[in-house]
Amino acid sequence: MKDKSGRGSNNGATPYDFGGEWTPSELEIARRLARKKKNQRSALIAALSSFLVLGTLVLVIVTSPGWETLRNTFFKWAYGVEVLPKIILGFGTNAMLTVIAGTSVALIGLAIALLRTSRSPALTPFRFLATVYVDVFRGIPMLLVILLVGFGIPALQIKGLTNNVLVLGTIAVIITYSAYVAEVIRSGILTVHPSQRAAARSLGLSNAQTLRHVVMPQAIKRVTPPLLNDLVALIKDTGLVSILGVTDAVRAAQIQTAKTFNYTPYVMAAIIFLLVTIPLTRFTDRMLRNSLEKQNAQGQA
Amino acid sequence: MSTPVLRLEKVRKSFGKEIVLEDITFTVPEHTATVFIGASGSGKSTLLRCVNLLDQIDDGQILLDGSDISAAEVNPDEVRKKLGMVFQSFNLFPHMTVLENIILAPTKVQGVSKEVAIEEAKDLLAKFGLKDKAQQYPDRLSGGQQQRVAIIRSLARHPRLLLLDEVTSALDPVLVNEVLSTVKDLKEEGMTMVLATHEMGFAKQVADEVCYLQNGRILEWGTPQQILENPQLDDTKEFLRRVHDAGRL
Ligand SMILES: Nc1ncnc2c1ncn2[C@@H]1O[C@H](COP(=O)(O)OP(=O)(O)OP(=O)(O)O)[C@@H](O)[C@H]1O
Ligand SMILES: [Mg+2]
Repeated sequence: MKDKSGRGSNNGATPYDFGGEWTPSELEIARRLARKKKNQRSALIAALSSFLVLGTLVLVIVTSPGWETLRNTFFKWAYGVEVLPKIILGFGTNAMLTVIAGTSVALIGLAIALLRTSRSPALTPFRFLATVYVDVFRGIPMLLVILLVGFGIPALQIKGLTNNVLVLGTIAVIITYSAYVAEVIRSGILTVHPSQRAAARSLGLSNAQTLRHVVMPQAIKRVTPPLLNDLVALIKDTGLVSILGVTDAVRAAQIQTAKTFNYTPYVMAAIIFLLVTIPLTRFTDRMLRNSLEKQNAQGQA
Repeated sequence: MSTPVLRLEKVRKSFGKEIVLEDITFTVPEHTATVFIGASGSGKSTLLRCVNLLDQIDDGQILLDGSDISAAEVNPDEVRKKLGMVFQSFNLFPHMTVLENIILAPTKVQGVSKEVAIEEAKDLLAKFGLKDKAQQYPDRLSGGQQQRVAIIRSLARHPRLLLLDEVTSALDPVLVNEVLSTVKDLKEEGMTMVLATHEMGFAKQVADEVCYLQNGRILEWGTPQQILENPQLDDTKEFLRRVHDAGRL
């Protein structure tokens, strides 16, 4: 039997509007006051404990004997500001790579997911190849793929094939991430209940129309949070192409560090990555929570 | 006599080794309702799915308006345009509003313009007392309302034949009646229907013919009075007794 009670979904929600006629009873007023007090106390406790823990941590670090050296090696802000433009310029490469690879990965991943979930007999050999592809590239460290593509392809010395490390690095990233993303999308497609397909087909929709109007919208909605997680990972992983000599943020920082043996440029690069990834992570988190809340409110397992 | 809307002849269906339907023969004349009753697993859903070509039969013939829809060269999509089907549950598309659910097939399959489809959808919703639900998402409706929207959605395509598979069995008892009265209204308007149900009282009211299905065979058939009040076979009597004990009569 379906649970339609929606139990507990009303906790803490604003009370229903009864057209201005209603004033809360004594009991309700007292209850609200108590609730407010409780909330205030919780907030106070949270603030106090944060202050204590974080304060102690800072104190321990700052008073430690190595702190002076540590600060000069990693947090020399004047130097950091000096090299910042170069690192930001390098980060432009990471951003571009993210956009180009991200778009390609979305399209290729979608195509592979559709291929793997299709049942058309004509596509059987492609389905097989897609499965092999996904298994292989999900099982190899991306760094190896980057090395293989970035150094291996130029070694072939085939005319007409590019030797541009940026292009090759991008291709390696696309190859690897498409395999991940295809699996995420495929799992989303598989979670759409089979009777949704049956309902669509019985309405006369063709297979393609069923996919487009019924299956994919539901699947994509479900996999958006995990896909955003993959986007965050992609942004970070674009830093790996620096190993091919592409001047991205990581490489730019490395060049500076090599000159002065001061590691502040690395910290600066890390901060730039964080400025992009943290808001995205928070956003993903909120989205996931919202969609979970919605599912729970429906009360359906 | 004119050609019946639906005729099945010696239909057989198996899943692997398990025979689910065997020697199924019956006729549904225009404007009549044929109701299938039978225990869980007797093959009612499979029968309706076969008529809708969602499952393929192994032998026999299915004739819709006299033409063989079980023939190999028939395009299922073309056949389904003439059929409406409502399932037990999970009918509506959760990512679309009630209105979008209803106009999807008319606009995408039948090529009706969006304005006309919306107009007609609103008329249907008003007729069945769901006017104010047009812009709601299905998860905001009660189970009974959802099933009525599902019925309306299949009506919006002007089907020749409506297939209803236990449309009330996922509902709370208090919600069953509103759905059943919707079906009764359709019957009175002359809709041709094939139903599977566990509601014997309802079967009595809408059926022109009742078929008792057991292990994939039609054991007994006749008017509701004959089958439900005066069954001849022990198996039918036994089934009705069990349904009665479960409080559904
Ligand atoms: N896709 C399938 N693959 C294998 N067996 C199936 C499949 N669909 C149905 N069956 C089997 O066919 C038989 C009849 O199932 P069906 O769903 O038609 O029964 P039903 O009369 O509709 O039952 P209920 O009243 O529970 O809905 C069952 O034994 C079931 O296990
Ligand atoms: Mg069934």
